[in-house]
Formats: sequence, structure tokens, C-alpha cells
Amino acid sequence: MKDQPVRPVRRPYAYWLLILPFAGTLWPALYAHAEPSIGGVPFFYWYQFLCIGLTAIVMAFVYLLTRTDRS
Amino acid sequence: MILWTAVAVFVALFALVTVLGFAAVRWRAGDLNDIHQWALAGRGFGTLVTWFLIGGDIYTAYTFIAVPALIYGVGAPGFFALPYTTIVFPLVFIFGPRFWCIAKNRGYVTYADFVRERYGSRSLALAVAITGILATMPYIALQLVGLQVVIAALGFTGSGFLGDLPVIVAFAILAIYTYRGGLRAPALVAFVKDTLIYVTVIGATIVLVTKLGGFAHIFATAATILAQRPKPASIMLAPAGYSAYATLAFGSGLALFMYPHSITGVLGAKSARVVRRNMVILPAYSVMLGFIALFGYMAIAAGAHPATPNGAVPALILASFPQWFIGVAFAAIAIGALVPAAIMSIAAANLYARSIHMEFVQPACSSAVQTKVARFASLIVKTGALLFVLFLPTQFAIYFQLLAGAWILQTFPAVVFGLYTRWFHRSALFVGWLVGMVLATWMAVAAGFTPVFALHLGARVMPLYVGLIALGANLGLALVLTMLFKGVKIPDGVDATSARDYEEALAGV
Repeated sequence: MKDQPVRPVRRPYAYWLLILPFAGTLWPALYAHAEPSIGGVPFFYWYQFLCIGLTAIVMAFVYLLTRTDRS
Repeated sequence: MILWTAVAVFVALFALVTVLGFAAVRWRAGDLNDIHQWALAGRGFGTLVTWFLIGGDIYTAYTFIAVPALIYGVGAPGFFALPYTTIVFPLVFIFGPRFWCIAKNRGYVTYADFVRERYGSRSLALAVAITGILATMPYIALQLVGLQVVIAALGFTGSGFLGDLPVIVAFAILAIYTYRGGLRAPALVAFVKDTLIYVTVIGATIVLVTKLGGFAHIFATAATILAQRPKPASIMLAPAGYSAYATLAFGSGLALFMYPHSITGVLGAKSARVVRRNMVILPAYSVMLGFIALFGYMAIAAGAHPATPNGAVPALILASFPQWFIGVAFAAIAIGALVPAAIMSIAAANLYARSIHMEFVQPACSSAVQTKVARFASLIVKTGALLFVLFLPTQFAIYFQLLAGAWILQTFPAVVFGLYTRWFHRSALFVGWLVGMVLATWMAVAAGFTPVFALHLGARVMPLYVGLIALGANLGLALVLTMLFKGVKIPDGVDATSARDYEEALAGV
């Protein structure tokens, strides 16, 4: 293992983007509201569902920014 | 009354996974007497298999029963499962690949292996191993509770040995194919489990939402009924509940991948890249979990009156679907108990074999001996969980599980911070861990076995997750004592790892 070339990390600063999911979900005052509701679903619920999707997108973005292989 | 059509579908699906479980020995042929092959399937799983494996591993049968049960019982505060499973993946996106690399480069099978070499400390490694084993036991027991709930819902409500027989048979089959195939068995079964779960959740959501007159009606009805309960609840989170909600989500997120079975799934991957990719696609399971959580409100809106909240989802399914679908749904939950139970027993067995047996009983034993010990230990762990569930009240397992989450969180500093820095003194980490364990236990008991403790901060009272408060104390002590121990020059252990061991190699991807 020791003699193998090491993969350098590209754009390590992109990892800072991963703060976003924490900031968006760990402060309930931000989203514990009934309005704006969508089709009778309170904001509290649809917002937290939306956060899952956005988190996946943020991670995909970080993955692409930091990947080093082109295989 | 026994629902025979549902039972037929249930048994057919169960038979299918049994065949798969036994066939797993021949899947991706490898020497199953090698601990890396038995315990981690030779670290060879690609993106798709790993996705099914980790998803099948952390979204357990008990999750599917308990999360909606909580929503059914308390309303909005129970929804913290969503932010919890949102933040856990970015967290593991950061440290998971790094742990995968060091484990691959140094041949680690568990976190305790890493702690042993990183800090040169047998006692710290033992602390991590024992915490892992202790935390895993009630979790396996609760999988059995999930299994019992659906088997009872199918109509097998007999008492005594005959009543327990279906659970015993299911578990015996599981124990045998895990013994033989190791991690390959649950990995293969996870394909069936999660396919069934996705089909059930998507199908049930569409049918139920239509039947119950749309989401607007479900939320409105749930709000009305919750407000009229003897102990009123709400579908909206009150400001007084913010601190508990946020700390439960954050603390549970930090704890999830400290569990031995979670990291076993990660180590089964064939590269750090596979781990990263999985963190990107695993949130699909969180979306599904969100819909399962809403089954709690659907059960309220459908007028289900289960004997206990844990019966909410089975009651909802029984009242709303034809028998064949009941069979599919219940099989999904039952198989959803087997996959995590298998991985948990493998993970606990690895901890025993490597950090206790190899360290204290039979030093430097060969890989073949470790595998033999681990296989045997996996049987013991499962038998123990079975006895626990058969002879003790279910409530014990639930209380124990609550403590387990707070306990496993206390290994976070030694493991995760250890991946990035060797600044902490091994003895400081040990004392921090010990104090965290005691404090978490004391607070949970003082709070009447609820996960939330009302912390008095001056004039303010903040209800916070006990595990996180204990982690705060643990970390604070580790910081202060490290400075102290370094100041008075108490000998620290030798680090056997080098900076390069943490790096991702270019070859072999």
C-alpha cells in the first residue's frame, strides 16, 4: 500500500458546502410553521422532505467538484 | 383469525430469502475462513450492492414500526427522524471514506481495531468494543419485536412456546445462513427486502392517500383527533419543543454510524469512491422513511385503534388492504428485521473476536481462528437477543435501546476525531468516555427513560437529548484532561498509523 501513488484531493474547500444541510435542518424555528402550505401539507412537513432532496443535490455537487478520477 | 392468503404470500417470500441466504455462500466466491471475507465480504461490493446493504442495514423493521408509532402517539415531535436522516449522510460523506481508507490500508474490521493502533491503547479499544456490543444487543432484540408484531398481526396470537415458534424458526434460519455466508448473506437478502419495502411504501402511500381523501384531509383529521386526546398533541412543533427536536436529530445523526453494524456496511464497499457515491444516493431511503412516518397520521385519519402505538402500522395495513398485499407488506417488515439483525450480529461478533478474543484470550490468533470465533459469537449474540425478547418484557428492550443510542455516541470523539488528529491523550479520551456513559445513563433514568433531559442553564430550562449532553461533557473532559496529562507528562500510546495510511490510493479503484 505504502508505495502506491496517493490520490490528491481536488478543491477541498468544496466540502464546506456540506454545512448547508445542517444549517437548514437543525434550527426548527426556521421551518416549524404551518404556512405556506402546499395542497394542505403544512410547510413544516414539505420543507423537511425538500431538504432531503436538496441535501442529495449538494452532496452530488461536492462529489463532482472533488473527484479526481476520470475513469 | 388467521389470514391464510396473507400467510401464503408471506411464507413464499420468506422461503425465497431463505434460499438466497443459503445461496450467498457461493456468491462472489471467496475463502469464507478468512475474517475479511466472512465479516466484510472481501471489501468487494460496488455502488448498487452497497446501497442496498447500507439502506437495508440502517432502516430496520423496528424503524418501520417505531417511527410511525411515535408520530401516531405524539405528533410533530416524532418527525425528528427526518432531519436526523437528512444530516447523517453529509456527515458520513466527510469521515466515511477516510475511515474506509485507513481500514483498507491497515486491515481493520471494526472501529475498535482502529482505536487500538491509533492510540496504542488496549483499554480504549476495549471500551469502544464493549460499547459497540452493548449497543447492538438491544437493537437486535428490537428487530425480533418487529418480527413478533407482524406475525401476531397475521393472526398467530397463540401464547407460550407455540406462539413464539414462528419467531424462533425465522431466527434459527437466519442464524444458520449468517454463520455460513457472513456479510454476503444479508447483502443478497437486502435486494429482496428493499425492493419489497419500496413497493409497499409507494403502493400503500398512493392507495391510502386516495382512500383517505388526500393529504390535506389526512393532516386536518390528524390535527383534530390529536388535539382531542386525553394528552393533547399537535401536528405542529411548539417552540418549547425546538431544542429537543434539534438535539435529538443532531445527536442521533452523530450516533448512527458509530453503531458497529452501520460501519460494517461501509467497510464492505470496494473503494472510498463507492462510499461517497452511496452517501449521495442513500437519501432516497430518507424520503421513504418520511412517508412511513406519515403512516402514523394516516392510521389516525383511518380511525385505527391499535392496542399499543407499535400496532399502528399493522392495524392500518390490516384495515386498508386485500390479503395478498398484507402478505407482501408484512413480509417486507419481517425481512426488514432479518437483514439488520444479521449485520448487527456479524458486527458484534467481529468486535468480540478481534478486540476481546484476539486481544485477551488467544493473542495474535490467525484469521481462520478469528473467523471461527466470530461465527460462534454471532450465534451467541442472536440467541441472547432471542432469549431477551422471549423472557423479558418488550419495554426492557426499548429502554435498553434508548440507552444504547446515548452510549454509542460516547465513542464519537475517540473514533471520528481520531481520524483527523492524534492530539487527544488516550487516557483523557478514556475518562471522557466513562463519564459520558455514566452521565447518559443517569440522565436517561432520571428522565424516566425518555431521551430528553431538562437541563437548567441559569434561569432557563432547556430540554436536550441526553446523549448529546453526555457527549458535551465527554468532549469537554477529553480536552481539559489532554492538556493536563500532557502538562504532567503522563505517557501516551504510540500511534502505529502513518499519514499515508489515511490517503486514498490511486490504484485498485
